[in-house]
Amino acid sequence: MAVDYEIHDHDVLIIGAGGAGLRAAIQASNAGASVGVVTKSLLGKAHTVMAEGGMAASLGNVDPADNWKVHFADTMRSGKMINNWRMVELFAKDAPNQVYQLERWGALFDRTPEGKIMQRPFGAHTYRRLAHVGDRTGLELIRTLEDRSIHTGATVYMECIVTRLLKDGDHIAGAFGYFRDDGRFVLFRAKAIILASGGWGRMYKVTSNSWECTGDGVAMAYEAGAELRDTEMVQFHPTGMVWPPGVRGILVTEGVRGEGGLLKNSLGERFMEKYDPKKMELSSRDVVARSIYREVQEGRGSPHGGAFLDISYKPADFIRTKLPSMYEQFKVLADIDITKEPMQVAPTVHYAMGGVDVDGDTAATTVPGLYAAGEVASGLHGANRLGGNSLSDLVVFGTIAGQCAADHARGIASFPGIDDAQIRDEQEILLRPFESGGGENPYLIHQDLQDIMADHAGISRTGPGLEEGLAKLAALRERACRISIKGSRIFNPAWSMARDDLFMLTVAEAVIRAALARTESRGAHWRLDYPELDPEQGKVNYMVCKADGCMEVHAAPIPPMPPELQEVIEETS
Amino acid sequence: MPDETITFRVWRGDPSGGQEVEYRVPAVTGMVVLDAMHYIQAYLDGDLAVRWNCKAAKCGSCSAEINGFPKLMCKTRIDGLPADAPIHVHPMRSFPVIRDLVTDVSWNYRVNKEIAPFTPAEDDGEPWIMYQEDVQRLYEPRKCIECFLCQNTCHVLRNHDDFAGYYGPRYMVRYQYLAMHPKDILDRREALKQKAGIGYCNITKCCQEVCPEHIHITDNAIIPLKERVADEYYDPIRWAIRKLTGGERKPEESTTGPGIVETPK
Amino acid sequence: MTVEERVAEAPSVRQPPTNAMPGRGGWWIQPNSVAIAFTLFILYSGWSVLFLSGHTTYGPYLSPFYSPHIPLNWPLSAAILVAWVPLGFRATCYYYRKAYYRAYFRDPPACAIGEPQHPHLFAGSYSGERKFPWVLNNFHRYFLYLALIVLGFLWWDTINAFHYGGTWYVGLGSLLMLANVILLTGYTFSCHALRHLVGGSVDCFSCAFAGRPRHGMYGLVSKINPYHPNFAWLSLASVAAVDIYIRLASYGAFGHCLGTHFGC
Ligand SMILES: Cc1cc2nc3c(=O)[nH]c(=O)nc-3n(C[C@H](O)[C@H](O)[C@H](O)COP(=O)(O)OP(=O)(O)OC[C@H]3O[C@@H](n4cnc5c(N)ncnc54)[C@H](O)[C@@H]3O)c2cc1C
Ligand code: SF4
Ligand code: SF4
Ligand code: FES
Ligand code: FES
Repeated sequence: MAVDYEIHDHDVLIIGAGGAGLRAAIQASNAGASVGVVTKSLLGKAHTVMAEGGMAASLGNVDPADNWKVHFADTMRSGKMINNWRMVELFAKDAPNQVYQLERWGALFDRTPEGKIMQRPFGAHTYRRLAHVGDRTGLELIRTLEDRSIHTGATVYMECIVTRLLKDGDHIAGAFGYFRDDGRFVLFRAKAIILASGGWGRMYKVTSNSWECTGDGVAMAYEAGAELRDTEMVQFHPTGMVWPPGVRGILVTEGVRGEGGLLKNSLGERFMEKYDPKKMELSSRDVVARSIYREVQEGRGSPHGGAFLDISYKPADFIRTKLPSMYEQFKVLADIDITKEPMQVAPTVHYAMGGVDVDGDTAATTVPGLYAAGEVASGLHGANRLGGNSLSDLVVFGTIAGQCAADHARGIASFPGIDDAQIRDEQEILLRPFESGGGENPYLIHQDLQDIMADHAGISRTGPGLEEGLAKLAALRERACRISIKGSRIFNPAWSMARDDLFMLTVAEAVIRAALARTESRGAHWRLDYPELDPEQGKVNYMVCKADGCMEVHAAPIPPMPPELQEVIEETS
Repeated sequence: MPDETITFRVWRGDPSGGQEVEYRVPAVTGMVVLDAMHYIQAYLDGDLAVRWNCKAAKCGSCSAEINGFPKLMCKTRIDGLPADAPIHVHPMRSFPVIRDLVTDVSWNYRVNKEIAPFTPAEDDGEPWIMYQEDVQRLYEPRKCIECFLCQNTCHVLRNHDDFAGYYGPRYMVRYQYLAMHPKDILDRREALKQKAGIGYCNITKCCQEVCPEHIHITDNAIIPLKERVADEYYDPIRWAIRKLTGGERKPEESTTGPGIVETPK
Repeated sequence: MTVEERVAEAPSVRQPPTNAMPGRGGWWIQPNSVAIAFTLFILYSGWSVLFLSGHTTYGPYLSPFYSPHIPLNWPLSAAILVAWVPLGFRATCYYYRKAYYRAYFRDPPACAIGEPQHPHLFAGSYSGERKFPWVLNNFHRYFLYLALIVLGFLWWDTINAFHYGGTWYVGLGSLLMLANVILLTGYTFSCHALRHLVGGSVDCFSCAFAGRPRHGMYGLVSKINPYHPNFAWLSLASVAAVDIYIRLASYGAFGHCLGTHFGC
């Protein structure tokens, strides 16, 4: 018998209340579906809130020459052409509309003197393209969507953790989880489910990601039979804080470089001259991150093992208005006044380009009824995400997913059936740590996982290193089965950590296996044993899926780009 | 600082009561209170309930009362607190405890639902032109990270329990944005006076003192809104002029609140 | 469920407010110092205005409590004809409201500190500024208008204080009066009601009538508005100081010397 649980029915269930989830909720509600939104945290706290620099859209407000084609080409090139080109096309075309839509829902961006939306330059964007509000664009985005979505009729289940997707045959049927505040179990029955659960940065120690980014959605989709793609592509943001130890990894927005910040090594050289003399500090993230890494490796790092990032030559007032939260962050957390002295920065794990494979036009995964949008989905960013492309990704594909999921649900007459076995199985997994006397500490498992990922699947990778990491993962998984925790189910963080560990172990394996498969260096994926780009592997994506209970990786050829898009790439080169 | 340990007294308990529990945590340079809570979770007491997300003072999840003062745990450095005394960490007092440092703040979300959303006029759909001078003062209220420290501190809620009468400072900040936005067409004054209960505030500025985003809640949100309400209700000369000239009025925000959707539970 | 419902159901759910916050000390220093300072000022100014109508001028100087100078022949002090204006202005001032609610009414005495369970003045329970008498504070703007007039007189007095015996003249008293009137001007022009009046009420400066100049004025007032509490305290002190100085001078405390000008 399954332990008691409560049941909620929704046409469309959305897992995640970040930018993608909330945008999808608004769209699906407006399309007439009854919508439930589940989030691990409180509303408005999702990881999206941390985004700083801006959202990319070719509005052409400051550089009139900009248009969707240039944005398309920039995104494809920086993704090293393994992106899903259809997604990129839809994205580049729709992003400006989405920015204006947000403004009509009450978002407020910085303005140009002519009263239009201001745009700032960012790495590897040809033109000044990022609509922004100082350095807290994500807050603006999520607050706007939050204040809008609460009036749409969607029901938000806060501090509720979904741990398993349920199926009826092939089709998605619901999701199972529990409420954090009292630990009661809950079953959501749904005709369609949208995954909008964000990334998995927390499997690394040095990361800019928030508590929630434990890859739940990717792991659940994998378990439910969906294909994952490009999981080897983990973005290292070049500039994370390095000192003091407690803040290591916290992001220093690319906006600092966008507003003129210079990178220097301990000799005072602007070392980007060596690596990318044309774009310098505003080269793409993979290039800048590797350059800093090299400088440090070769002994020209700052005292705490990073590079210097200096904006103090600009007027103090300018810095305080353009980068207010950076100013505050360094002042309070690191005792550094960035208007007077340089910051120390080093690469930090930032974003997962890989994720659940989706169809560009519908955001549908390979599981019928299951959709994915936002960081959890894959395809738009290819091998390297451009700064600012994620926030517009959230709204563009949040909209598409919301609409298509609502349409899909409309075509289904009654709620799919759910057999009790799936629920019992999940309850068993969830309750095991309370009953087990194995003695493993979930927090320490997490720390060990972080060490494995840093050592074996970090910014630079080698075949043997990855193999070793894989072996360590297997051993760690053994230990994870023996996690035991004390206390009750009422708001017990050790309990959620225990399940998160399992999610992260699954995703970590997918990262390492795909990284082993890609025997070349491309974008964020840097193999020391295969330092060159391999044109043949530029024609494939590595897909991960569950086959007979085991993880399997295979190469899937990228469909050829239609001639009109080919032309776009050529004419902008 | 190495080899030093710091003593924490963390309130632990649930709705039926609780007490301070003492923990000793090794000191690390630049450490914040939230780091110490994480240390306790990992090595001393795994089930210590703490709410946090970003650890970068951006999400407003980790609100607590540290040495009797409402603060964000991830923004409170240990070296800024008295070194020789234990550090007391308590949950916010104005909201019901769920467990340990975690409180039930859902009341705030209910309030937010009662506020009519941003409402622009129907127009041709062209991109808006808004000059910096028109929106300059609107960036400040948008910095709010909804940490609810101001709600927790406001004596109207904390000491007088007037949850039914007053929306609290966080939502005065929200109203400031809506009321002053050049494109919002609703007249928010009656709503402010009636359902939001701005009159309960006696501008004693504690909200402003605790706001981690340094929003001048009282000076730039509440007082200007009080002045707007005074225009409508406490200004006989303006009233007379209005009566004499007639003049067009903006549509008013409903005082009973727009389509409230019940939160689950 | 609302918080109240929860509280009603399980009274122990919320920890009651208290002023014995663990680890927190010294919060009472500020409200008590403010209370003492206010009380001293009120006692002195009340005494000065009500009972000391003599010795309020000296040479070209005029005590600010007695401005504008009204030659009257009645038993009461002439100052009370005007003094209610600055009194009302300050009593309804947003800053002073904060200060006296905290210092006198302990509503609250300090942030996140419990309040004594005193019966609230004129109302059974706390009602903020919604009921008499505190609702009257909403009329602050009218005191502002009157205070602007009084401020004009004070400037006039100050100019006169630089003019004595048919010629220009500078003395300690005139300098004190100048400092005082500057501080009072700072106080008055950083007023929240003035800020609202000049531009705070405008939603769209680029569309409103006279929007640009109003935006300029609003910007200026907004610049000094954060210093309103500072002006409030400094001008309070300077008013008293000028009054005391002139009285002492008029009692002959500094001999009969009005400054270097007279060569003594
Ligand atoms: C510091 C920082 C700065 C950034 N700056 C920028 C920038 O300037 N521009 C840009 O374009 N991008 C930026 N990014 C990237 C961008 O913010 C993220 O990629 C994006 O916000 C992801 O949004 P999302 O909606 O996909 O998911 P998230 O915002 O991560 O939301 C995930 C949601 O899913 C919920 N969830 C997860 N798992 C579960 C579960 N098991 N059960 C229930 N709910 C669950 C969570 O509670 C949360 O609500 C930045 C990222 C960081 C870390
Ligand atoms: S100023 Fe008003 S809203 Fe702010 S804490 Fe005081 S009473 Fe509450
Ligand atoms: S106004 Fe300030 S204190 Fe209040 S919720 Fe917002 S950020 Fe927190
Ligand atoms: S954890 Fe986000 S504000 Fe402290
Ligand atoms: S005089 Fe203080 S606010 Fe008007």
